[in-house]
Amino acid sequence: MTAAITFNDVCVTIQGTQIIHDVSGLFPKGKITTLIGPSGAGKTTILKLCNGLLSATSGAIMYNGQPLTSYDPIALRRCVGMALQGAPMIKGSVYDNLKLPKQLQGDKLLEADAIVALTQVGLDAKMIHKKAHDLSGGQRQKLSIARTLINPTDVLLLDEITSALDPYAVSEIEQLIIDMKNRGVTIIWITHNLAQAQRIGDYMWLMQRGELIESGPIELLETSNNERVQQFMRGELV
Amino acid sequence: MTYTALAITLAFVCIPLVLSKALNLKLGADVTIATIRAIVQLLAIGYVLQLIFNQQNVLYSFLMVAIMILVATLNARKKGAQIDGITWKLALSLCAIEGIVMGVLLGFHIVPATAQYIIPLSGMAIGNSMVMSILFLNRFTVEIEAHEQEVELILSLGGTPKQAIHRQLIASIKASMLPTIESQKTIGLVQLPGMMSGQIIAGADPMQAVMFQLLVQFMLLTTASVSSVLLGFLSYRTLFNQKLQIIPEKFTGQ
Repeated sequence: MTAAITFNDVCVTIQGTQIIHDVSGLFPKGKITTLIGPSGAGKTTILKLCNGLLSATSGAIMYNGQPLTSYDPIALRRCVGMALQGAPMIKGSVYDNLKLPKQLQGDKLLEADAIVALTQVGLDAKMIHKKAHDLSGGQRQKLSIARTLINPTDVLLLDEITSALDPYAVSEIEQLIIDMKNRGVTIIWITHNLAQAQRIGDYMWLMQRGELIESGPIELLETSNNERVQQFMRGELV
Repeated sequence: MTYTALAITLAFVCIPLVLSKALNLKLGADVTIATIRAIVQLLAIGYVLQLIFNQQNVLYSFLMVAIMILVATLNARKKGAQIDGITWKLALSLCAIEGIVMGVLLGFHIVPATAQYIIPLSGMAIGNSMVMSILFLNRFTVEIEAHEQEVELILSLGGTPKQAIHRQLIASIKASMLPTIESQKTIGLVQLPGMMSGQIIAGADPMQAVMFQLLVQFMLLTTASVSSVLLGFLSYRTLFNQKLQIIPEKFTGQ
């Protein structure tokens, strides 16, 4: 199994508080890894470390076999894209949001290309000039993914993108992510939904209070002898 | 004006004191302190200016302007505590404004290079710039705290810190400049500026007073724009580290 991203004894301390403790593990290339665990486990911090929005206080993170620190932060963030929790939008239209990644590089996104990006995530081309803030939760999440994918994304980091969405929208987004995987994109997906993690994940990371309790093929959630994994499966891990 | 006449004007201070008492506004102490400070500070500056004007020594004018910049810097820096090096950034922008304003006014011989002109005009430029800086820093702090997610979004998409903070920077610059622009729009219609009114009351030709006021108004536009733009572009970088990441404590105001 080839690793897209590897963590080696990674610790993170922010404002005097250690929030990630000696995490070692890998995210396999071209697979969906679901990142699960109770609130405050450090899952979002792991995604921000991968995208370079945060740095490890100690330890090493490797991307495609090279230390993350050897990459230019801007170039790295364009390859390791992140759809942030809550799908924040900039003020303006759907098109304004879609062309943002190109604008940041001093480039343009043609409206025709923006429409292709919209339809790829299952959004109606007609909404291209609609205000982004007027979209529903599901539409915002899809737009957030489409916007991230405007960059030549090799790894896609998803932070609770289906929380508070209706089952139909959840199923649409899951299918979209599976399509991304089939195109060779590595996916790391934070979810609080255990059934969803098992349904779409090939691999899993289970975290609690900044520690990686277990990682491996998704089946490990059912078969692991680790007491804390079993507690998590029984809904008793906090 | 005689000292007796000035003493009678203290009636204007009694009115807010009575209102504060009657409506339980609890502003009595503040009004009293503000009045005493105004009397002491203005009388003191009156004697200092008299001394400087009599001496006609350029060194005294320079010293007076330096003190103005120092006091304005120390006053405004409290509002930008989360910005590293805010003291020297403020001092630098105030010095730049003083340099631009005096460069134009003295360089083109618009006003004579005497203390009577340099000190009051510098006071207006530096004072207005200090207020603009405070307005800018207040708004900038609010903007970055309220839009941390948007800043993070742009960074996550591969934007530079300048691109990430651009909207907040522009909004803060505009917000700090608006009061100057708005007051300029209604000048002469709603309010007669203090300096112009003072000159007219003192017996100056109204047209001369108007021309001087126009000079001041144009100067204030420059101070408003330069102070917020300069301060903004000097400040935004300190909110990010070398790895182009947000420094969390700068955004949460902790």
